[in-house]
Amino acid sequence: MLNKYPLWKYLLVLAVVLLGLFYAAPNLYTPDPALQITGESSSQLIDDRILDTALQALDEAGIAHFDPAVDASGRNALIRLREAEQQLTAQARVSRALGDGFIVALNLAPTTPAWLSDYGAQPMKLGLDLSGGVHFMLEVDVDSAIERRLEYYTNAIKRALREERIRGRVSLGQQGQIEARFNSAEQRDLARELIADSEPQLSLDNVDGDGSWSVVAVMPEQVRKEIAEYSVSQNLTTLRNRVNELGVSEPLVQRQGQNRIVVELPGIQDTAEAKRILGKVANLEFRLVANLDAPAAEKQRFEYRSPDRANASEWLERDVIITGERVSNAQASYDQNGQPNVQISLDSEGGSLMSRATRNNIKRRMGVLFIERKFRTRYEMQEDGTEVPVKVPYDEKKLLTAPVIQSALGAQFQITGLDSPLEASELALMLRAGALAAPISFVEERTVGPSLGAENIRMGVKSVQYGLAAVVLFMIVYYRVFGLAAVIALSANLVLLVAVMSIMGATLTLPGIAGIVLTVGMAVDANVLIFGRIREEIASGMAPQMAIHAGYERAVSTIFDANITTLIVAVILYAVGTGPIKGFAVTLSIGIITSMFTGIMGTRAIINLLYGGRKVRKLSIGGRGA
Amino acid sequence: MKVINFMGWRKLAALFSITLVLASLGSLVVQQLNWGLDFTGGTLLEVHYSDTADLGGIRQTLATEGYDGATVVSFGSDRDVLIRLSHGYSDSEGIVLLGKLQATFQGEVELRRIEFVGPQVGDELREQGGLAMLLALGLVMLYIAFRFQLKFAVGAVVALIHDVIITLGFFSFTRMEFDLTVLAALLAVIGYSLNDTIVVFDRIRENFRKVRRATPVEIINISLTETLDRTLVTSLTTLLVLVCLALFGGEMINGFAIALIVGIGIGTYSSIYVAANVLMLLNVSKEDLMIPVKEGAEQEDLNP
Repeated sequence: MLNKYPLWKYLLVLAVVLLGLFYAAPNLYTPDPALQITGESSSQLIDDRILDTALQALDEAGIAHFDPAVDASGRNALIRLREAEQQLTAQARVSRALGDGFIVALNLAPTTPAWLSDYGAQPMKLGLDLSGGVHFMLEVDVDSAIERRLEYYTNAIKRALREERIRGRVSLGQQGQIEARFNSAEQRDLARELIADSEPQLSLDNVDGDGSWSVVAVMPEQVRKEIAEYSVSQNLTTLRNRVNELGVSEPLVQRQGQNRIVVELPGIQDTAEAKRILGKVANLEFRLVANLDAPAAEKQRFEYRSPDRANASEWLERDVIITGERVSNAQASYDQNGQPNVQISLDSEGGSLMSRATRNNIKRRMGVLFIERKFRTRYEMQEDGTEVPVKVPYDEKKLLTAPVIQSALGAQFQITGLDSPLEASELALMLRAGALAAPISFVEERTVGPSLGAENIRMGVKSVQYGLAAVVLFMIVYYRVFGLAAVIALSANLVLLVAVMSIMGATLTLPGIAGIVLTVGMAVDANVLIFGRIREEIASGMAPQMAIHAGYERAVSTIFDANITTLIVAVILYAVGTGPIKGFAVTLSIGIITSMFTGIMGTRAIINLLYGGRKVRKLSIGGRGA
Repeated sequence: MKVINFMGWRKLAALFSITLVLASLGSLVVQQLNWGLDFTGGTLLEVHYSDTADLGGIRQTLATEGYDGATVVSFGSDRDVLIRLSHGYSDSEGIVLLGKLQATFQGEVELRRIEFVGPQVGDELREQGGLAMLLALGLVMLYIAFRFQLKFAVGAVVALIHDVIITLGFFSFTRMEFDLTVLAALLAVIGYSLNDTIVVFDRIRENFRKVRRATPVEIINISLTETLDRTLVTSLTTLLVLVCLALFGGEMINGFAIALIVGIGIGTYSSIYVAANVLMLLNVSKEDLMIPVKEGAEQEDLNP
C-alpha cells in the first residue's frame, strides 16, 4: 500500500519525540536562587552545627529559605532561597556568621524533579551573556619562560666550565643561541663533551672562525614546545586552585589554543577581587628543620599542607636558604630502583647557596614551605551604620615536605622516599609554583551584569516566539493541512534541539539563541522543497498518493546536499571560532540534523497517517495542487 | 507552467552584480570596515542610568579625565549608554571609569557589561575569521565538485564570494559595527546562500538529463522557474524570523540579524542570477553531466 509506514516507523518517530520531550522538560523548571557553602580546605566537612548557624543567620535577617541539604560527600551544603533579590544579602549574612574558612557562593539550584533527574535529564547551562558574570582570557608569557630557561642553561654551562677549569667566554645571543668561545680546538672539544654531558637537552654545533673555536648550543624546537606546554599547564592548575577560592558555583577554567587560558566565573561582579586572586603569586621557601635545642627565637612552627598530615607540624629555622625564584625546574621521575622521586634544578646562585647551606648539615632535614596569599574578611562599621566587609591579605605558609639531606646539595638534587608517583607529581607541581611558572597577563575581559543577562534571555525567548508564530502562520496559510504537518514537525524540531543540547551539556548563549531562531526559519526548507515537488507532480497530472510518494522521494537528495554543505560551514565555525561563535555553530549544526529528521520522517509520518492507504481525491496543500 | 525567461536578463543582472561588487570593494578600500571591539581591542562599557543620561555631560567627564578618542553613544534607549575607549588603556580601566561616572551622576549608574580586549587578540581574530571564510569556501567547492561537477562548483563559489563581498560592502558603507557575531552571520550566509544555489543546481542537473530537445539557456530557465516558488518561500520564512530577531532580539544581536537579512536577500538573488549566469559563461552542457550516475531511472532518461 502506498504511503503507509510500517508500524515500527510510526513508533520510532513517536519514541524519538517523546524522548526529546523528556530530556527537554528540565528546562521548563526555573531554578531556585540558592547559597552554596563549602569549606575552604577540602577536609572541612559541613555538619549540622555549621548548617544551623547559616540558617539562623538567614532567619535573623528575615530571609525566607527552604530545603537545606548537604550533599553525599558531606563537603557542600545548599540552601535554597525564595527571593532572587535577597541572594546577595543572604550571602553577606551567612559568610559573616560562618566567618573565615568557608566559601559562600551564589548558586542557582536546579528544580528538576526526581523522575527526570534520575534518568540523567538536566537543564541546559546558561552562558555568561545570559546568566551574568565575568569572562577572562589570560595569556601565558611562554617566551619569558623560555628566556629564563636559556639563562639557566648559560649559567649552568659557565659553572661547568669553571669547575673543570676550562677557559672560555660564554654568551647568550639574541636568537636564543648560547655561544661558548675558546682559544684552541682541544679546549673546545673538551668543553663540548662537558656540555653534552651536563645539558643533554641542548643540540650542539661547532663553529670555527679566525683563531677562535666555538660551540653553539641551541634549544631544540622540541624542548621549546615542552617548556611552553609545561608553563601553560602549570598555570592552568594554579588558576583552577585559585578559582576555587573565589566561591563560584560553576567556574570554568579552560585552555584555549596555544598559550591562552579562559576563565569564566558566573555570578561574579567584582572583577577587581577576582583578578587579585587569580593574579596572586605563590612562592616557596627552603629552610632547615630546627635542632631540638635551638632557642625559640630562632625557630618557627609550621603545619603540613597535605590534609593527610593536617595535624602534624615541624619546627623550622627562621633563616631561609633559598626562595622559589631560584627553582628553575622540578619534575616527577623515578630513581634507578624504580622508586618515585622529584628532580629539582636550581639556578646557579641557588645552587651555590644550597651547597653552602647543606655542606655542613648532612643528615639534618630540610623543610620546603609553600606560601600562598590569602584573604581574611574583617567587617568595618561605616559612619552610616552599615557594615562593609574588608579583605585583609595575609600569607599562609604550610609545609610541603621535610626530607633528610643525604649529601651536600648543588644546583641539581632530588627528593626521594615518596610514597607514590602521584605524590611525586603533586610535589613537583608545587615546587614549580615559584619562579618557573611563566607570567600571565589579562588579554580579554568581559563582564555582564545580571540584569543584562536576564534581559537577553527575555528578548531571545521573545524573538523565538514571534519568529515561530510568523512561520507557523505563513506555512498554514500557504500549505494548508500539509503546512500544519510541517508546523508540528517544526515544533518537534525545537523540542529535539533543546533536548540534544541538554543531553550534551551544551551551554546556551545569546548567539546560540540566534542560531535557534535561524533554525526555525531554515528548518521548514525541507518541507518547502517536498511540498513544492508534490504540487508540481499534481499539476502534471499525477494521482495524489503517487504525488506524495514521488515528492518525498525526489526531494530527499536535494535536501541532503543542501544541508550537508550548511553543516560543513557550521563545523568550520565550530573549529575556528571562539566562545560566542562556537555557541552559534553548535545550535546550528544540531538544528540541521534534527530538522532533517523531523522535516522528512516526521512530516511523512503525519501525512501518511492523514492520507496514506486510502482513496484520496484532493490534497489540502494549497497553490495549484489544492 | 509558464517558463520565465530569467536568462534574458542575464546581461543586465551581470551589470548590476558587477556594479554592486565594485561599489562594495570601493567602499571597503576607501572607508574599510568599522571593526568592533572584538577586532580592534580596547575597552567597552555599557551602563544603565536610572534617569535619562546626559551624553554631552558624559563626554565632558571623559574629556576632563583624559580619555582621548572615546566614543559615547546611547544604546537602545536614552538611559543605556555605550562608551568605547580606544586601545592603550589597561584591563582595569572599565571599573575605574564606572566609579567616575557614578560620581558625576545623582541617580544610580548600573553596570551592564564591560569588555576589554587586548590588541593581540583582535589581530588574531581577524586572521582566524579570514581563514575560516577561505576554508569554508574551499571545502564547499570541493564538495560540489564531487557531487556535481567542477563548473557547478565554480558557479557556486562565485555566487558566494559575490554575497560575502556585497554584505561586507553594506557594513562598510553604512559604518555599522563589524564584530564577532557579524562574522558568524557572514559564515551563516555562506551556508544559506549555498543551500539555495544547490537546490537550483540540483534542478538544472535533473533537467539537463530529463529534458531532451532544449538549449542550455532554456533548461536553466525551466529549472529556475520550477524552483522559484521554493527559493522565495524559504527566503521569506527565514527573513520573517530574522526580522523578528532584529526587532526583538536586543542590541547585542542586532548586527547579526542585519547581516543575515542583507546576506540572505543578496543570496537569494545570487542563486538565481549569479550562479546560473556563471554556468552559462562556462558553457555548461549536457556532456558535462554525462558521467555515469548511480540512479538507474535517470540513466534511462538520458539514453532512451
